[in-house]
Amino acid sequence: MGKERLVNYLNQLQNENKNLFVPYIMAGDGGLNKLKERTLFLQNCGVAAIEVGIPFSDPVADGPTIQNAGKRSLDNDTTLTAVLEELESFKDERTVTIIIMAYSNPIYRYGIERFTASCVHAGIDGLIIPDLPLEEEKMVTDALQQSSVAFIRLAALTSSRERIKTLAHRSEGFLYAVTVTGTTGVRTSYETKVKTYLHQLKQQSPVPVLAGFGVSTSKQAKELSSYCDGVVVGSKIVDLFHEGKTEEIKQLIQASI
Amino acid sequence: MITYTMPDSHGRFGNFGGRYVPETLMPALLELEEAYEEAINDPTFCKELNDYLTHYIGRETPLYYAENLTKKLAGPQIYLKREDLNHTGAHKINNTIGQALLTLRMGKKKVVAETGAGQHGVATATVCSLLGLECVVFMGEEDMRRQKLNVFRMELLGAEVRSVKNGSGTLKDAVNDALRYWVANVEDTHYILGSVVGPHPFPKIVRDFQSIIGKETKQQILKQDGSLPDAIIACVGGGSNAMGMFYPFIEDEQVKLYGVEAGGAGLDTNQHASVLVHPSPGILHGTMTNLLQDTHGQIQEAFSISAGLDYPGVGPEHSHLNDTRRVAYVSITDDEAVTAFQTLCQAEGIIPALESAHAIAFAEKLAMQMDSEQTLVICLSGRGDKDVEQIKHVLEDK
Repeated sequence: MGKERLVNYLNQLQNENKNLFVPYIMAGDGGLNKLKERTLFLQNCGVAAIEVGIPFSDPVADGPTIQNAGKRSLDNDTTLTAVLEELESFKDERTVTIIIMAYSNPIYRYGIERFTASCVHAGIDGLIIPDLPLEEEKMVTDALQQSSVAFIRLAALTSSRERIKTLAHRSEGFLYAVTVTGTTGVRTSYETKVKTYLHQLKQQSPVPVLAGFGVSTSKQAKELSSYCDGVVVGSKIVDLFHEGKTEEIKQLIQASI
Repeated sequence: MITYTMPDSHGRFGNFGGRYVPETLMPALLELEEAYEEAINDPTFCKELNDYLTHYIGRETPLYYAENLTKKLAGPQIYLKREDLNHTGAHKINNTIGQALLTLRMGKKKVVAETGAGQHGVATATVCSLLGLECVVFMGEEDMRRQKLNVFRMELLGAEVRSVKNGSGTLKDAVNDALRYWVANVEDTHYILGSVVGPHPFPKIVRDFQSIIGKETKQQILKQDGSLPDAIIACVGGGSNAMGMFYPFIEDEQVKLYGVEAGGAGLDTNQHASVLVHPSPGILHGTMTNLLQDTHGQIQEAFSISAGLDYPGVGPEHSHLNDTRRVAYVSITDDEAVTAFQTLCQAEGIIPALESAHAIAFAEKLAMQMDSEQTLVICLSGRGDKDVEQIKHVLEDK
């Protein structure tokens, strides 16, 4: 479980010369019972990890697609407690690595130490918190360091050289490279500086670098993966699951890796 | 004698404050902190700010001895700090002029802001018009409906008002969208936050710009009455007028400080905005503070007749001052505020903002425990022209 498993899993895929592909799904969107079905489906598509989003009432890092998915999920009364219990219930049936993506407040309310223990229990391998920068990460790192759960840091296009260096060295499992100056959601193009930025991250990072925010097509995924190790795709996957277009998800992943 | 030096270098007020934001915004917050520290130590900046405060905004504002209200309540001598007499009709412009000058200093040409009732939006649009800055204001759909005239005011001043349909369509949702807009445009845009909330350094910057209220009050009361007041009352939504009033008095322990939160339909209902009555710490809009939230950490909606107090959080410094008991936080219901609104109209010929009416309502209660040898200062944070139509409807429904 955890860091080691995540590192090994990503290594193994890279050794097979594959681009890493990490889809994001919103837990509880369509009902919490969909979580198992979607996780196992994505596992069969050959993804590197699955980012499981926890809904939050005020998701400031997210664009309209994930905001709406979060709202649908909260309307279904999804809670962090219930998601962790659900993930625990089928941990023996999955081989793919699982990363929790949650805003600070639900984790803080749950209790950091209790949350870490529940993650270990539920077979969670990594954690991403989009509103917890270097300055505040001590809130979770003390507890996480005692556990096997990888704490994945996010780098941004606006990050200074120094911050990038720190983020790359601290990140566990992989480094999440935010490739747009903005919120999550489908984009048709990227700023030209994304290439140099990913190149810089690759040079600094001892762990794989995955590009995310705005990626929606296999063409974008392939292009970005040529500068780093792979991509995270959120809004597009969320939309396709919501519309029931699972075949398209499979095609998107297989054309990207 | 206590010495008070909050926040610390991490933007912490005791257990509260901090910077819980996406990495994309961190460099902008660090840049802002540096620019702010440089600016306030630069005599040219301070002079420019003071010139605008004096000649454009109309400071200093009077500390008015409210003789009729004093007689009516038959308690302490009552003074009103007349922030309603500022240009644009509220204390909000004390902050927006300062932050707009900072925007220019940072070489940025665009500004984004959130607004609830529209007072901060108008104050932002005003200074942007004055200083030639582009201005986008996010406002909840519900608030736009409630405050049509303020929307038109902002547009007249050249601002673009964007409607926020998410959530309850009120202030909390407007802050979310303003933050998202800032994340996407951070390289050329400054976010003029309107209250002592949000990530560090905003709670400090807004407090400092608003502390002109308390500084003037202190000088004025010493001159007019010869001693410091026994008590000061201010309303608290995010809490910027209160922080600006309280801050220069924090070390004067003999002065009792009261923050008045909105009690909405009553504390026994779930329709209120009294965050500090049952403190529940959490993280919202980039800061650790007390919140209205459920057991799973989802933020709940706040309710108040007053759009300016309709916020499910409170400035982190208020959370700290509540923990240390330096400030006593109390709650006033919609009904009590409406009654106090009428009281001030009739006693003094002053139409207060509904927000400020909460402070007046608490003064009526506190006055009963004070005597004529004592003095009480109320921060009259804004004028009530914007609320007249709403009050008309409320009174007609009774």
